Amino acid sequence: MKVTMTINHRQRELDVAPGEHLLDTLRNHHILSVKRGCDSSSCGVCTVLVDMKPVLSCSVLTARVAGKEILTVEGIHDFVETLAGYMGHEGADQCGFCNPALALTVYALKHEIPHPTLDDIRHYLLGNLCRCTGYQAQHIAILKCLEECA
Amino acid sequence: MKTVNTKIPSIDGNGLMHGRPAFTDDLTEPNSLVVKLLRSPHPHARIKRIDATKALALDGVELVLTHNDFPRNSFTRAGQGYPEPSPHDKFVLDEYVRHVGDEVACVAAETVELCDKALELIDVEYELLDPVLDFEQAIDNPSILHPEDGICEMFPIGFEPKRNIAASYHMEVGDVEAELAKCEVVVEESFYTQAQAHAMMEPHAVNARLDFQGRLVLISSTQTPVHVRRILSQTLEIPLSRIRVIKPRVGGGFGGKQALHGEMFVSAVTMRTKRPSRMVYSRKEVFESTYSRHPMRFDMRLGADKDGTLRAIDCYVLSDTGAYGEHALTVFMVAGSKVLPLYNKVNSVRFHGHVTYTNHTPAGAFRGYGAIQGNFALESAIDKLVHTLGLDPIAFRQKNMMKEGETSPIFAIMGEGTEGTAMTMDSCKLEYCVNRGIELIDWKKRYPTKTSKDSIRRGVGMAIAMQGSGIPYIDMGAATLKLNDDGFYNLMVGATDIGQGSDTILAQIAAEVLECGMDDIVVYSSDSDLTPFDTGAYASSTTYVSGNAVYRAAQEMRAMIIREAAQVFQVDPDAISFDGKTFASGAKTITINELSNRLYYNEDQKQLVATGSYVGHKSPPPFMAGLVDLDVDVETGKVHIHNYVSVVDCGTTINPKLAQGQVEGAIVQGIGMTLYEDARYSKRGRLIENSLMDYLMPTRLSVDKLTTEFADSYEDSGPFGAKSVGEIGIDTPPAAIANAIYNAVGVRITSLPITAEKIRTALREKGQQS
Repeated sequence: MKVTMTINHRQRELDVAPGEHLLDTLRNHHILSVKRGCDSSSCGVCTVLVDMKPVLSCSVLTARVAGKEILTVEGIHDFVETLAGYMGHEGADQCGFCNPALALTVYALKHEIPHPTLDDIRHYLLGNLCRCTGYQAQHIAILKCLEECA
Repeated sequence: MKTVNTKIPSIDGNGLMHGRPAFTDDLTEPNSLVVKLLRSPHPHARIKRIDATKALALDGVELVLTHNDFPRNSFTRAGQGYPEPSPHDKFVLDEYVRHVGDEVACVAAETVELCDKALELIDVEYELLDPVLDFEQAIDNPSILHPEDGICEMFPIGFEPKRNIAASYHMEVGDVEAELAKCEVVVEESFYTQAQAHAMMEPHAVNARLDFQGRLVLISSTQTPVHVRRILSQTLEIPLSRIRVIKPRVGGGFGGKQALHGEMFVSAVTMRTKRPSRMVYSRKEVFESTYSRHPMRFDMRLGADKDGTLRAIDCYVLSDTGAYGEHALTVFMVAGSKVLPLYNKVNSVRFHGHVTYTNHTPAGAFRGYGAIQGNFALESAIDKLVHTLGLDPIAFRQKNMMKEGETSPIFAIMGEGTEGTAMTMDSCKLEYCVNRGIELIDWKKRYPTKTSKDSIRRGVGMAIAMQGSGIPYIDMGAATLKLNDDGFYNLMVGATDIGQGSDTILAQIAAEVLECGMDDIVVYSSDSDLTPFDTGAYASSTTYVSGNAVYRAAQEMRAMIIREAAQVFQVDPDAISFDGKTFASGAKTITINELSNRLYYNEDQKQLVATGSYVGHKSPPPFMAGLVDLDVDVETGKVHIHNYVSVVDCGTTINPKLAQGQVEGAIVQGIGMTLYEDARYSKRGRLIENSLMDYLMPTRLSVDKLTTEFADSYEDSGPFGAKSVGEIGIDTPPAAIANAIYNAVGVRITSLPITAEKIRTALREKGQQS
């Protein structure tokens, strides 16, 4: 079946199987920044933005996002560049497997809460698990980034 | 120093956040066969009959492999120095299955859906066998996990499979019973630690193809590419020269990828079908069918005099290795060898025990590797002793703990399954770590408890820890530096970056020696064809062992380019000064760019390549003090951590921010193990917590604050004074938190995880007693 949506600012008509999840659709179309980390919608590494809201692409049917705007990190290059700078400065990136999803969620946070507190950040990103960093360095980097972006 | 000990961003962080294809499954060939495994639903069974006819009849199912399709070569999946200290007790597929999730058959098909359908159509008849599900009942149990022929130990490790013993060990310094009898106070306690899951964010993944020369090329999310290649070769009988293993970016390992998992199967499929194949573990498979941490029981006895002189430590350990003995002996030994030397002034110390087989998911390598288990037992027992003596826990430790310039007989006795290596602590700032930690947590005002409100009691607790820096005389690392035209370098290392940042810190070491910028060092790591040998990312070896190799290669490269500049000027090399950019001799100068362009295009043409290798002659331990400030709610038993203070001596921090990341990530992983992480089994041997939904682990709200500092320390034998730092951070949380809970509410929890329920139950029992 054909599904039309906007992916990273470009309108696309994609051939997808019935019951196909957005994660598989995106990866099948070589948008490889979107990762799979679990089978239970609990780790957050498959996060994409659908109409600027973070969703778990592993549990969204591609047919359900017809007509919507999908963003992955490939579509927010400038913001990712800025955030990556702050993350690098704080030593906040390690394996990097979950970082595209983290960047997208921070991007959504920036639009939803322009001046977040540390607590806002911790709560907003609760669904983005990370096993490497212990989280604190990420939070410091994100807070600084959003303060200076605002 | 310009580059070392500076906070340089990791070289891969930016590109990975941009989502550039870099992980194993991003690099799968299109049209790869999908490989999946039929896994045992039973904890212990014999396959009486297996019939794949119906599965093979499906259009698009290429291959089904069972235990009849593999040469019967026993091996261990553990990625360790060879010959391994782990028993060879595994076959690629076997007629026995020994845990829920064990491998029964392997299917290769065109799509995931076809694979799943084929798995359902494989008809298996099992003869159910009695499972051994309690590791304390495993030894001499009538049910034997490994009755089969053809399994062996590679050298004596106390392997007694007919008794369900994978390994055993005994060592004693002095006469511990006699010494304990002389002590004024003896405390005894048993401690239990649980199976923790690694839960790295990237599940295990591997893919395979034949290249244009017909060689087998694997891309694998592994910590040990050279061990993967060797074990594949030995087990599948493929010449080593026909295998290439490439490690791409890896989404976390923590020891969980220090073994072969899917590699055997994609290799077998690709060799047979000549088609590329891919395998990505489901999260359930990661939980049930890879590794967890070895659960252990420690029976501790400590003897001291009333003045606070610790005289004897007796430690019996029973460890549960699950269905296969991967890392069985060595994890168990580290529970002694990297824990007991902390108190090096005792007259007598004994460490002994057994590692048992059970029908659980195999235990394997996991950050800390026994030291976290041992630390919980020893540092909890020390705390109990201190309270029994009515002494101050800080003063007691300062009196009895390891100090700079001292040694312990244990270093010479206990090694990697064999004898160890004697060494003195040339760098040990443990005293500083403790003293600075006390300041940072405000110990003097807070110990043992502080004013509490309503049902909340606030307490502080602490523990000290040590680890190692590689395995002496076994872990070898090598590095090659190549000068390119225009004057930049390639650094090729066998060292395995799995997210910890080793590519970055190794480039920093090279850049420091060559006095160039980080952009002038282009790193390529872990490709068995292209990079030199390195045993891999484990045993806290990379900074110290691989770092020393890079240091040597860079020194040699520096000498080479200076010789070439001297040749240009027709002077002695000693007459050349070099600042990383320009060579000068008197008024004559030439830049590195000019020199290298001359070398490759114009005159004296030759390729400059320098290789350095290193094997440690000792394993200088990093040390730390961990201190925690927490609340316990006496009504619910809930623990809330306000601040976790870490003061770490890892010698020079090559990159202070990345070192901090190693410590903080490990601290939080250790807090998870302490308070809630638990891979538990049902009475029928099935893992209860087998998804990230069920398995509780730390979130962004788990800890209010981490305070991390490093001691000013310099290890002479390390690159620029560095020791390793990958594991030390995980060791202190269990004991520090248990001790803080005791200080806050007066109950000592001796089994991990310390759940709210356990605290509440202990409080109720204590209330009933008093």
